[in-house]
Amino acid sequence: MEYSGAEIVIKLLERQGVECLAGIPGGTNLPLYDALRESPIRHILARHEQGAGFIAQGMARSTGVPAVCFATSGPGVTNLITAIADAHLDSVPVVAISGQTPMSLMGTDAFQEVDTFGMSLPVTKHNFLVRSAAELLEVIPEAFRIAMSGRPGPVWVDIPKDVQTELIDIDTLPEKGTRICPASPEEEALASAAEIINASERPVFYAGGGIINSGAGARVRELCEKAGIPVVTTLMGLGIMPSESPLSLGMLGMHGSRATNLILDQSDLLIAAGVRFDDRATGRIAAFCPHARIIHMDIDGAEIDKLRPSDCSITGDAGEILSSLLPKVADRARRTWESSVAVMKEAHPTPAGELDDAKPPALIRRIGMLAEAGTFVSTDVGQHQMWVAQHYPHHEASRLLTSGGLGTMGFGLPAAIGSALANPEAPVICFSGDGSIMMNLQELATLAEQDLNVKVIVLNNGALGLVRQQQELFYGARYMASQYNRNPDLTTIARGFGIPGRRLPLAACTDGALTEFLHARGPALLDIAIPQEANVFPMVPPGAANTRMIEEGATHD
Amino acid sequence: MTDCTLTLTVSNHPGVLSRIAGLFARRNYNLDGVYVVGLTGTTESRMQLLVKQDERLPQIIKQLEKLYDVKAISVNEGSDMLGGCEVKEAG
Repeated sequence: MEYSGAEIVIKLLERQGVECLAGIPGGTNLPLYDALRESPIRHILARHEQGAGFIAQGMARSTGVPAVCFATSGPGVTNLITAIADAHLDSVPVVAISGQTPMSLMGTDAFQEVDTFGMSLPVTKHNFLVRSAAELLEVIPEAFRIAMSGRPGPVWVDIPKDVQTELIDIDTLPEKGTRICPASPEEEALASAAEIINASERPVFYAGGGIINSGAGARVRELCEKAGIPVVTTLMGLGIMPSESPLSLGMLGMHGSRATNLILDQSDLLIAAGVRFDDRATGRIAAFCPHARIIHMDIDGAEIDKLRPSDCSITGDAGEILSSLLPKVADRARRTWESSVAVMKEAHPTPAGELDDAKPPALIRRIGMLAEAGTFVSTDVGQHQMWVAQHYPHHEASRLLTSGGLGTMGFGLPAAIGSALANPEAPVICFSGDGSIMMNLQELATLAEQDLNVKVIVLNNGALGLVRQQQELFYGARYMASQYNRNPDLTTIARGFGIPGRRLPLAACTDGALTEFLHARGPALLDIAIPQEANVFPMVPPGAANTRMIEEGATHD
Repeated sequence: MTDCTLTLTVSNHPGVLSRIAGLFARRNYNLDGVYVVGLTGTTESRMQLLVKQDERLPQIIKQLEKLYDVKAISVNEGSDMLGGCEVKEAG
């Protein structure tokens, strides 16, 4: 049968099981859109390519399955780059498919021509420039295989317009791309890890996004409950150990609690799984867990010994490693360690001031308590994001969608849209700030159009809060370009987009008002005025050791 | 610091050199020499990279191994770029 390149792409996406994709058409991807007309795949028309990229990320992060976005050449591509770089740093499987000027014009500075291959190369797991329709038969399934195998990541496929229109005869379409299973962990390494764990007196489990990608949260809990090991998580790993578990130490690092960072400082063994020793987590790495031996397990061998040499390393899938490790690890209460952890937690509790109803952290905690079980939470980037990380009750893995590695303001709203599209039964809350929400505000139109159950909560302090906080703490309170002299009225803006909007001062956010907002049908926006002086504490100064935490009210320079 | 030659078998298409050279630039690792030649009768190229052997070399090798276009890597001490490795004959 005769197919055009564009038809091949769409057919292969269908075979891959893609039901929904986000994108924006333009000059060079028109053939793809023409082929999409005949397809059952649902297309979400974003208002900006970055929005389309983050909608795809929302779908991928909330399901673990690769999601697809489309963009046209030139500005479509450059707009999409940020969302793909974000997926790269957080290991999210996204397949980006862009149109390119026809091959005959490539390299001539043609209209809307940019070097997509060159620009996407350093921000993707792999990228392809397709030079014939026949190549698509291999490239499309391969793109999915690469995106989901091993450490997941984004793959970019750039397709010149004449490749999309080229007609070829093919008998059968290729099979869909499937995940390649990683090699099983080495028995010797497992035995040695178990031996080190059993001999340790003060172990801490350090769990990250790799555990979420592997679906291994339950295995972490089993192992740590059996062996009495407290668990810290990275921002990407929140929810692996439910916040209410006595073994949960919450997030470590720059905005981890004082007790958590001090417990790590005393540990004699760090069991690192699916983590990359990021500077926001470790602080000054030379001073991180100075007395601890390191067991490092990761599916990406290049992460092992990258920043901190390990005493024992295991390359492979976290779930498989932990299952094999479980029977080898001794059932042990570790009473002394358990009690020093408890003492440390008691000595450094969450400051009462933080739980004061007049403060944003208490508000976030209450919203978490009022939210339905199974709610997805997306955040933007800044103070509200760190408060969500610290104070939202994270009950389950994979429910928090947040831009960890790249820290992209503007992530929250489109990612929330993506997770709502992929999980129509689950409510979604998007926490944002008045700085972040403006960075992909246009997607409110997409949200209204799709009529999704996304509740946007803007913590509005009239500032770029985390920037302002750093200027206060580290630049002698010399504020520069971190405060907005005049902010738009977000409720009017929401209404203009067709979304109910309401503004409340923090004090008026009663449980009743919040419940009414959260449980209303469809999308809605709540603009909550919060004091500009509220900061995220504790805070480790960038580049300092994690034991050097600044607390509220402390003097510093 | 001693010289070290990495011999890579890579896919032969435009963009491969940029992928490899870009990795070195991004990871702030100096390349002292590059030699590339297509392997006749195959879809692969042989690439030789001259680098200094330091404590970061194992990390760079691991990053190279992860690249989809890199099919094989061998590491040889010294700067003898064209010796020390067997070049597959066309056939």
